[in-house]
Amino acid sequence: MNTTDNRNPRRTILDRLRSQSVPHVALPNLNAGAWIEYADPVQQFTEMIKLVGGNCQCIDSVSSVAKHLGSFSQRLEAKRTYSAVEGIPGNVNLGDCHDPHELENLDFVVYEGALGVAENGAIWITDRDLRHRVVFFITQYLVLLVRRTNIVHTMHQAYAQIAPPRPGFGVFLSGPSKTADIEQSLVIGAHGCRELQVFVL
Amino acid sequence: MNAIHNTNHTGSRNSPPALDHPQLANIFTADQARAHWHDGALWFVRQKRDRMAKAIPEWEELRSLASQIKAHALANLPEYLELFERQATEMGAVVHWAADGQQHNQIVYDLLKENRAQRVVKSKSMLTEECHLNPFLEAHGIEVVDTDLGEWIVQLRGEPPSHIVLPAIHIKKEEVSETFHQHIHTEEGNYDPTYLTRQARHHLRQKFLGAQAGITGVNFAVAETGGLVICTNEGNADLGVSLPNLHIACMGIEKIVPRWIDLSVFIRLLARSATGQPITTYTSHFHGPRVGGQLHIVLVDNGRSAVRSHHTFQEALHCIRCGACMNTCPVYRRSGGHSYSNTVPGPIGSVLAPAMDAHKHHSLPYACTLCGSCTDVCPVKIPLHHQLLAWRGEMAERKLIPLSKRLSMKMGRIVLGNSLLFRTGGWLARFGLRMLPKWLTHHRLNTWARQRDLPIAPKQSFRALFQQRKKRHQD
Repeated sequence: MNTTDNRNPRRTILDRLRSQSVPHVALPNLNAGAWIEYADPVQQFTEMIKLVGGNCQCIDSVSSVAKHLGSFSQRLEAKRTYSAVEGIPGNVNLGDCHDPHELENLDFVVYEGALGVAENGAIWITDRDLRHRVVFFITQYLVLLVRRTNIVHTMHQAYAQIAPPRPGFGVFLSGPSKTADIEQSLVIGAHGCRELQVFVL
Repeated sequence: MNAIHNTNHTGSRNSPPALDHPQLANIFTADQARAHWHDGALWFVRQKRDRMAKAIPEWEELRSLASQIKAHALANLPEYLELFERQATEMGAVVHWAADGQQHNQIVYDLLKENRAQRVVKSKSMLTEECHLNPFLEAHGIEVVDTDLGEWIVQLRGEPPSHIVLPAIHIKKEEVSETFHQHIHTEEGNYDPTYLTRQARHHLRQKFLGAQAGITGVNFAVAETGGLVICTNEGNADLGVSLPNLHIACMGIEKIVPRWIDLSVFIRLLARSATGQPITTYTSHFHGPRVGGQLHIVLVDNGRSAVRSHHTFQEALHCIRCGACMNTCPVYRRSGGHSYSNTVPGPIGSVLAPAMDAHKHHSLPYACTLCGSCTDVCPVKIPLHHQLLAWRGEMAERKLIPLSKRLSMKMGRIVLGNSLLFRTGGWLARFGLRMLPKWLTHHRLNTWARQRDLPIAPKQSFRALFQQRKKRHQD
């Protein structure tokens, strides 16, 4: 029955749950859904990023991104920069960094997302091959690259395509960090990055 | 304390009744301007939600799917919890089980002590709020900082959150400014939300960097992969667990979803329903600890299994804590979250709280007009207003409603059941409403008429009108 065994709460909880009858419902098939499809997913993606407070630009190549960033004031002012994208330089080497706290003053991070989602402007990034995932959150300014061929319509397609690193970390990031906790006034730049720039390649 | 665990009878904990919802609401509505402002602020969020929901043609299908997935997960909860435990453990996480809040707090404290963690950053978690983790840890000399801006504001002010998604929705920017001036010495009289947010960011950065452990809540736990999903806009959860080596994630046992792909349904619904955003800024997926770090997951029951045992109320466990039912509720918007004296206020809180303790929360099912708006917006289709009505029946059966209400209900039954009494009563009321002076109808005892005028009574009853009409047609 439902006795409490303080030494074994696991058994207590499971026994309690197993003693109850809950009507069975079949798990629905999600592949059959008629989900929204956008006429131009890249344009929808771009618009959503702007809606959530980010900047988005379509560009032809990584070298163009590098050239573009050369004139970014945030980049020029940045003292510590990290880039995981080949062809875009950074001056912080995560291999030398043993403790994530050393990244305290990171100003500028460039990373490539595996996938973009048109319905909400989210970009999937993981810490596969990344020593310190804190770079996504501690940096003041974040630049993300996404290939236009990797932009899907909805989260259903997104989740079907990605596999989470196990073990590991993955995040759908949509826009810069924000809060509206003071009188519902939107303020960009809460605890994570203060600005987000996305380049669609 | 443990009474509830020896029985399956929902809401059998018997603590003294809290202040009634109407009494607490009176305190809030005494400041009319603020009550109106609060109402408007939440209605604004509700409208944003509507725009987002309407932009998705398959919205209703998503709600149905979400409801089915949750119902399936709830029916098979013990199996999914075990599967989740196996998978999470395989990823390197350590899974703990807590039957109640006290066990949960002890587990968290023991982990902190073991790791010599004195300074902790926490990201929004209604569960730890429900278990009163902060005062417990503070009593043991541990500094806990709530890092969600709204949560931090209420923490500094020594208040509980008044909303599960917008914890400081009841507080004006002038008050935030005053609180910040007092605690972190911001400029006096600077009410600019951007300025205040920047100052908080600056101050809390130091807390993040100095923390020895990060505690988070959990939005979804995936049984098949052993992963956790945490959604924030501020990035506080991610920052809080990416710096220190110890991450403690606390979750109610009902947070389980079976499959990885199920997340697509819930993530599409959650932020749109909550704040009218297409998705939260950060939707983070954790599988196992960071390299060299530790991830501890605490699975908490604390009354949830009791709710599950009750056929009428078990669907309330589908809740994904979006807060849409609060934003739309005419009573919540006008009475404020604190009037519910429960961690989760609003319609869903009024269903869950009596399930934990019917005696204490007996007034909550009546903080409802039965308008049904909560049921319409709920992304997982919990029949909230039906459940609230059902609770009223339970309360009456258990004699947990005040004598005055019980007697008037009894009277009502007698009058409505007897045609002569009903006719006489109707005549008396029509006569009385027309003839009696205002001081006799609008007095202290008639609380209904406190903020309303009584209707002008017609000269004739409906029955009389109907008879006349029938006669005319016959002639």
